[in-house]
Amino acid sequence: MTRQTLFVLVLLVLALAAPFGIYPIFLMKGLCFALFAAAFNLLLGYVGLLSFGHAMFFGWSAYVTAHAAKEWGLTPELAILAGVALAAVMGAVVGWLAIRRQGIYFAMITLALAQLMFFLAVQAPFTHGEDGIQGVPRGHLFGLIDLSDTLTMYYFVLAVFVAALLFLYRVVHSPFGQVLKAIRDNEPRAISLGYQVERYKLIAFVLSASLAGLAGSVKSLVFQLASLADVHWHASGEVVLMTLLGGVGTVFGPTVGAFLVATIQNYFSEAGSWVTIIQGVIFVVCVLAFRSGIVGVLAPFLKKRGIQA
Amino acid sequence: MMTVFGIPAAALFGQLLLGLINGAFYAVLSLGLALIFGLLNIINFSHGAQYMMGAFVAWLLLTYAGAGYWVALAVAPVLVAVVGIIIERTMLSRLYKLDHLYGLLLTFGLALIIEGAFRQLYGISGMPYAVPKELAGGWNLGFMYLPIYRGWVVLASAVLCLGTWFAIEKTKLGAYLRAATENPALVQAMGINVPVMITLTYGFGVALAAFAGVLAAPVYSVNPLMGSNLIIVVFAVVVIGGMGSIMGSVLTGFMLGLLEGLTKVFYPEAASTVIFMVMVVVLLIKPAGLFGKGA
Amino acid sequence: MFKKTLVGAVAALALSAGTASAQFTDNKVKIGVLTDLSGTYSDLAGQGSVLAAQMAIEDFGGKLNGAPIELVSADHQNKADIASSIARKWYDTEQVDAIFDLVTTAAAVAVREVSREKGRIDMNSGAGSTVLTNDKCSATGFHWTYDVYAMAVGTGNAVVKQGGDSWFFLTADYAFGHDLEAQTAKVVKANGGTVKGSVRHPFPNADFSSFLLQAQASSAKIIGLANAGSDTINAIKQAKEFGITQAGQSLAGLLVFISDVHSLGLDTAQGMMLTTGYYWDRDDASRAFAKRWSEKMKGRMPTMVHAGVYSSVLHYLRSVEKAKTDEGAKVAEQIRTLPIKDFFAVNGKVRADGRMVHDMYLAQVKKPSESKGPWDYYNILRTIPGDEAFKPLADSTCALVKK
Repeated sequence: MTRQTLFVLVLLVLALAAPFGIYPIFLMKGLCFALFAAAFNLLLGYVGLLSFGHAMFFGWSAYVTAHAAKEWGLTPELAILAGVALAAVMGAVVGWLAIRRQGIYFAMITLALAQLMFFLAVQAPFTHGEDGIQGVPRGHLFGLIDLSDTLTMYYFVLAVFVAALLFLYRVVHSPFGQVLKAIRDNEPRAISLGYQVERYKLIAFVLSASLAGLAGSVKSLVFQLASLADVHWHASGEVVLMTLLGGVGTVFGPTVGAFLVATIQNYFSEAGSWVTIIQGVIFVVCVLAFRSGIVGVLAPFLKKRGIQA
Repeated sequence: MMTVFGIPAAALFGQLLLGLINGAFYAVLSLGLALIFGLLNIINFSHGAQYMMGAFVAWLLLTYAGAGYWVALAVAPVLVAVVGIIIERTMLSRLYKLDHLYGLLLTFGLALIIEGAFRQLYGISGMPYAVPKELAGGWNLGFMYLPIYRGWVVLASAVLCLGTWFAIEKTKLGAYLRAATENPALVQAMGINVPVMITLTYGFGVALAAFAGVLAAPVYSVNPLMGSNLIIVVFAVVVIGGMGSIMGSVLTGFMLGLLEGLTKVFYPEAASTVIFMVMVVVLLIKPAGLFGKGA
Repeated sequence: MFKKTLVGAVAALALSAGTASAQFTDNKVKIGVLTDLSGTYSDLAGQGSVLAAQMAIEDFGGKLNGAPIELVSADHQNKADIASSIARKWYDTEQVDAIFDLVTTAAAVAVREVSREKGRIDMNSGAGSTVLTNDKCSATGFHWTYDVYAMAVGTGNAVVKQGGDSWFFLTADYAFGHDLEAQTAKVVKANGGTVKGSVRHPFPNADFSSFLLQAQASSAKIIGLANAGSDTINAIKQAKEFGITQAGQSLAGLLVFISDVHSLGLDTAQGMMLTTGYYWDRDDASRAFAKRWSEKMKGRMPTMVHAGVYSSVLHYLRSVEKAKTDEGAKVAEQIRTLPIKDFFAVNGKVRADGRMVHDMYLAQVKKPSESKGPWDYYNILRTIPGDEAFKPLADSTCALVKK
């Protein structure tokens, strides 16, 4: 068995045992954030597009899933599917609009579109505005497994997370993924080689949006709540922070970043604005001195030992 | 009572006038943002926080130094600009050689720090700041009662925007600035100190934000979140106006204010969303923005 | 297979741990004050509520079951998701037994759900909406100080009787605001008045100019402010700035606290009618509490929320003592049956729907000439008996109320 496989197996065992030592709700929050960050990382790290509005997929998916589970009585897997489907559609529309531009313009367009979606969320009656959708039932998975038990829910979330990460890994290491990296490194060259660059970018965007939506859907079931905070641009900023801190373009970077951010939030949640200040400081430090992120810095050491992070 | 499309004229004109006043803030803020973007190619995400700092400095001057509104109008922009220049010299300038997105992220981080710190110190309910005596009271225009102060806001903003536009487009200094945007190396070779110009431009853009903050202090309560609520709208204004165009941003700012005012009469809930809808439409038809000069 | 055995073992351990410490979880009582420490409602609740809880613990004796009573507090920033996470964390990992204050309905409802799920007590003094004793009622949840029905009945009635029979509402766009508007509209119509229209403003909001202009265009005699805290203050100030009050329309603050009157100043606020559950200068016992509280709060005076937190914490502790356990359901029984004895809950009793019914007071803000000093702001016009002030039990949609 290779070092890489061993490394992954160790992580998996740790993940399975974690809820017996660490507060499971915190772990689930970390996993949802990690999935969100991984989805964002696909776009930034492998395609080179900085989206500053990813919260719209995360948050709207959360709302749809919450509504589906609470008002329509759908079982969790169907409710999640509904949320992801919406995120995919939104991703297609937003992607089609935004991909016409690059770099900073792309970022600004995604930000503004996300604001549009934010205001829609405030106005739409089903979201209940400031109150949010509360008391979302976790339901029975496939009609059989009761998810209101915290431990069961944790394993479900972990399974979804691992599956999604595996999917991302396959995408990135496929021919499709290679083209994406080519586009990131030198777009004019990719075009000259005959690739339909716009189409690749759009597909990547839709994939990223759908996975972000998956993270949001799961999160709304974990916390049994979908609120405006999920669609606010601060959430978009947070996912950028997680990815930047963890390491853009690395496999485990977003996960590391996500758990760190979740830990900071947890630790400082009762002290109000300190969370914001600390996040700001991390942003500044990372941009000035630490651009490859934690995993990015560790990557050379791990590579020598045969582990690709 | 006269009606326009079924709405009483008084209500319509009243909301339009209020919209114009809001537009004045959008215009001044987007002016500063467009200036900074035009020259430095950096989206100054901390623009909203700098606007907020301007308002707070005005409040602090009043509370601790007894210095009134007129002093604040002159002093606050300078103080905040100094902070801005320090930021530019110590942090932003390191990023010019990198992808422009890093500048965006840095200023975003700075905005978080500034807002978090002020929120921690002052809470979010807002500090009272009274309208200066000279501008208190109002005129009864028949269709609405216009507080004099709000009229002053429109006037001051218009003068400031026109003055800046004139300086950039019609003066020698402005010419150097525009040339440096196109080809900094060449301009530097001609003996003009480009880095100093860049620093001063950033400072001026920040000063504009702070000035808007002082203007806003008596109108919107002085609170740490006042900037973050506005900044996204201002970004949309700049995108619509055309990201390098100064006049474009100013005109769009005023236009947006009017559009919002109009929307408030017919469909109030959509008032905050209408700007983004316009942005989508503009991007579809003319991606460079209404007054923009190309990709 | 292994997982099932593991889960089974953990469950067995948990169960046995449960039966061992039968009386008090972790052998002590821990209470939490979850409030708005830095935002729109921080003056009417906030740090003052934490202090009030502290005072109640001291007056109770500071100890229960041989161990000191612990107090934790946090800022929910008026957000439902933050309130929900903190409450969950407190219950799951910090053995908090009960949560108090809970200003802002969105946060209150979120914590009510979590508390209900975990069987812990939540005693709400800060939020206004009547959903807490109707659709969202719970066996371990209580609504202590005031609610929007009481405000509508008290203030709404009084204003309409004075001649304010046409209304336009300026409403904070969340459950509390909607509820306050709906209840007051009912009262206005029941008294023969009309509602000319309403507009919803974002919560929180700084600039009311366009909303006030719409209110002006409606020509209603009364502009009803279905909001609270700094929203109400800003609306009133800006109404003056735009000459709306000078032009003849009156503002009715439907939920006004003494902290708001202090911010506005008697000049602006004089003559305003309001309903309150507590006034610091009403009688000796009220004054005594206020004096102690004021010493630690830089000379400010407590609002009804602060008094309500004191009262609910004290009653909770007494109920725990009587029940000899901190288990939610048993304590809740005692909360309902034990008589309430303090300066705040005059003629107070707790109903099946969790509503603590007590006397309310109709007050009017004094003219500057009538006031002898700071915080001397109210003339109490009449006492509204609890049964008149609060929604009749028969009308409650709470599932716990047997019909």
